[in-house]
Amino acid sequence: MFQKSYETVFILTPVLSEVQMKDTVDKYVGLLKELGADVVNVENWGLKKLAYPIQKKTTGFYVMVEYKVDPTAIKKYEINFRRDETVLRFLTTVMDKHSLIYADRRRKGEFNKKTEAKEEPAK
Amino acid sequence: MTLKNEPINREQNRKKYCRFKKLGIKYIDYKDPVFLLKFVNEQGKILPRRLTGNSAKFQRKVAQAIKKARHLALLPYVADGLK
Repeated sequence: MFQKSYETVFILTPVLSEVQMKDTVDKYVGLLKELGADVVNVENWGLKKLAYPIQKKTTGFYVMVEYKVDPTAIKKYEINFRRDETVLRFLTTVMDKHSLIYADRRRKGEFNKKTEAKEEPAK
Repeated sequence: MTLKNEPINREQNRKKYCRFKKLGIKYIDYKDPVFLLKFVNEQGKILPRRLTGNSAKFQRKVAQAIKKARHLALLPYVADGLK
């Protein structure tokens, strides 16, 4: 079946304990697998300070997931995000070929050298 | 229109170039606020093309990336003394 590649970043409320945090992340990654996606990459950015308070909270637990899935599954996936109140915010973006190249290079760790390149040369 | 005896300050008139074309950057990542800060002024507003020198295509991509970053609270909508 036809699969497009997507990238979802979602923010979990910091109130959760470490265990709950892990469960929620596993739940969403598992949900993806149920929907027939093959998950390419999962990144936990951990607790980060939010640029502005969301729901009166100033920090959030960021998680980024890259995956390939049938486009119709996205709607089902996002319904769960909306229903879950521990998720402060989520953003799903489709990945075109340039962003795929960029994502591969990012995963290979080309950008987090100590001397960060002035501009990320994402050729 | 610069008047006859008005000094033309060289610094501002240098040929602006689109950094994305020059460096061959094809994708602007919305997840990286450090890079996007270059295109935002102190109050967190998106800088116009005449200041950043971007080409239209990449200015649109930058604007989209900044708005996505704002949605994810990586960049503030309104800030003072952002840099």
